[in-house]
Amino acid sequence: MSFAPHLVFGGRLAGDPDAMTETGERPRVGFFTDTSVCIGCKACEVACKEWNAIPEDGLLLTGMSYDNTQGLGADTWRHVAFIEQRKPVDVFQAAGQADAGSKLVDGAGPELRWLMASDVCKHCTHAACLDVCPTGSLFRTEFGTVVVQEDICNGCGYCIPACPYGVIDQRKGDGRAWKCTMCYDRLGAGMEPACAKACPTDSIQFGPLDELRERAEIRVRALHDAGQPEARLYGHDPGDGVGGVGAFFLLLDEPEVYGLPPDPVVTTRDLPSMWRHAAAAAVAMAAGVAACFLRTGRRPR
Amino acid sequence: MTHAEHGARAGRGGRGRRRRGEQAMVPEARFTSYYGLPVLNPPVWKPLDIAGYLFLGGLAGGSSLLAAGAHATGRRELARTAKVGALGAISLSLAALVHDLGRPARFLNMLRVAKPTSPMSMGSWLLFGYGPLAGAAAVTEMTGRFRRLGALATAGAAVLGPAVATYTAVLVCDTAVPSWHEGYRQMPFLFAGSGAAAAAGLGLVFAPAEPARRAAVLGAAAELGMTRLMKRRMGLAAEPLEQGKAGRLMRVCEALTAAGAGLAALPGTVRSRVLSAAAGAALIAGSAALRFGVFHAGVASAQNPEYTVVPQRQRLNDREFPAARHG
Ligand code: SF4
Ligand code: SF4
Repeated sequence: MSFAPHLVFGGRLAGDPDAMTETGERPRVGFFTDTSVCIGCKACEVACKEWNAIPEDGLLLTGMSYDNTQGLGADTWRHVAFIEQRKPVDVFQAAGQADAGSKLVDGAGPELRWLMASDVCKHCTHAACLDVCPTGSLFRTEFGTVVVQEDICNGCGYCIPACPYGVIDQRKGDGRAWKCTMCYDRLGAGMEPACAKACPTDSIQFGPLDELRERAEIRVRALHDAGQPEARLYGHDPGDGVGGVGAFFLLLDEPEVYGLPPDPVVTTRDLPSMWRHAAAAAVAMAAGVAACFLRTGRRPR
Repeated sequence: MTHAEHGARAGRGGRGRRRRGEQAMVPEARFTSYYGLPVLNPPVWKPLDIAGYLFLGGLAGGSSLLAAGAHATGRRELARTAKVGALGAISLSLAALVHDLGRPARFLNMLRVAKPTSPMSMGSWLLFGYGPLAGAAAVTEMTGRFRRLGALATAGAAVLGPAVATYTAVLVCDTAVPSWHEGYRQMPFLFAGSGAAAAAGLGLVFAPAEPARRAAVLGAAAELGMTRLMKRRMGLAAEPLEQGKAGRLMRVCEALTAAGAGLAALPGTVRSRVLSAAAGAALIAGSAALRFGVFHAGVASAQNPEYTVVPQRQRLNDREFPAARHG
């Protein structure tokens, strides 16, 4: 265990990934997950488990379409969501349905639409998990990603409810917190993460974040032009509540349909105000108790 | 086959929209989720450890304040009770914190860094300073030796004590858990009142005295008033505080705290050991019930995607249709 002076002043100040990019050290890298081409093969889930030697965490049939994984956690760092909807599937069908809107109900009307999306840790610009970690175990890497140092984590569990996306979790029987590292070991060796490597449709794209954002803009415009107005980017905007994420998405419906929060905000954004309220409360408490001793005089007993 | 769960109930829910009295011009915040699964990973903290930690921190902090007051005004019995109470409470709370860790042997990693962005880091350093002061205050009081040092330690513990009592509010509020985060403006005051009430309760049980009686009434009033204010300001996230296990605990807290304060308010109470012990015990139990109630409400709010999604969707709608909101 080493003492890390660069962490002393907290994650936000010392680990701003955009600042890092500006200093020209290394470009910030990330994922662009284009769910419009995901075929739900789960190659990413498997590759992730294999490469990172993540333990088996139970096999069960959930009845939730093809999703037997359910969500991200200590032992699931890529999760493929499956959503079944009755909505127009493509341009031609959408055109055909335009004057038959009343038929858009379950059981009638258009065909089944199947949404698939591979979810992952967002490697937030303002990462709540990193901000609240009291040991400095969670840190910002030279690639602009957020990683847990398992030799330091003491399993305090604070990062878990801090994450606005429900990503990081405690591994049972181990006690420490685990999540996606964006294959920190592979990045160090100049390789792309295992999930991106395994994805057969390039739904998961890895690269410098700036490039990915440009590519995503082009893709979303192309989908709009092709008659898919519901295509949208999620997490690409540096002006959002977490300062934009390092792993952003192209979605075909509202984020919450995929189990993603529609407008996440890093909890530490309000922390300065929380400290001020706590300080005021502490002063009020001291004053209040002191007042209880006024005019009671000294009464030796 | 189940599809994504839909529902419109919460979007219309009274609390969610009470804030500005907006009407139907804003599109409904429709509630959708992924098979009803939570968006957040709920806290893995053990209720007894962490709710206990919140309660004991308040008891310790409040006791250190009472101890200093009693010390300064020469109330030996109350001073002794409060000092020993503070040391006992802070020791137990530390034990609970270590017990809750996934890797207790690595507890000292908490002191590896000092991060203002991490309330748990700040809290660890606070306890690191407060613990020895509370210890020195209690030991010098009991042994009657090193009185000068004891007086200094008592004063020091009284300076840090209120921070120990209120920082725990920041600890839970600085999360994505709706029923904790949304209460961050009132929670520190709530915990301050509750801590003072518990400490005064301890004083009433073992060393009934006029200042403890007053602190009991004042603390309980703050506890009850702040609970109401917080619930009123939290929007939809107040709901889990009123339902299920958390709701029952909050009602127990209210009943016990009100009863304790009522008893303490009677002028004759400090002269009757029985009455003051009953008042004190009710206040201590009420304060504990509050922390368990707040704890369970937070967990329940994290387990239900509605509390995460609906306010965020509402926020997006308000941003998209700002005119409608004021229309
Ligand atoms: S998504 Fe959650 S776990 Fe991942 S970096 Fe952001 S806050 Fe941390
Ligand atoms: S569980 Fe580990 S990684 Fe998470 S906040 Fe605690 S020490 Fe940091």
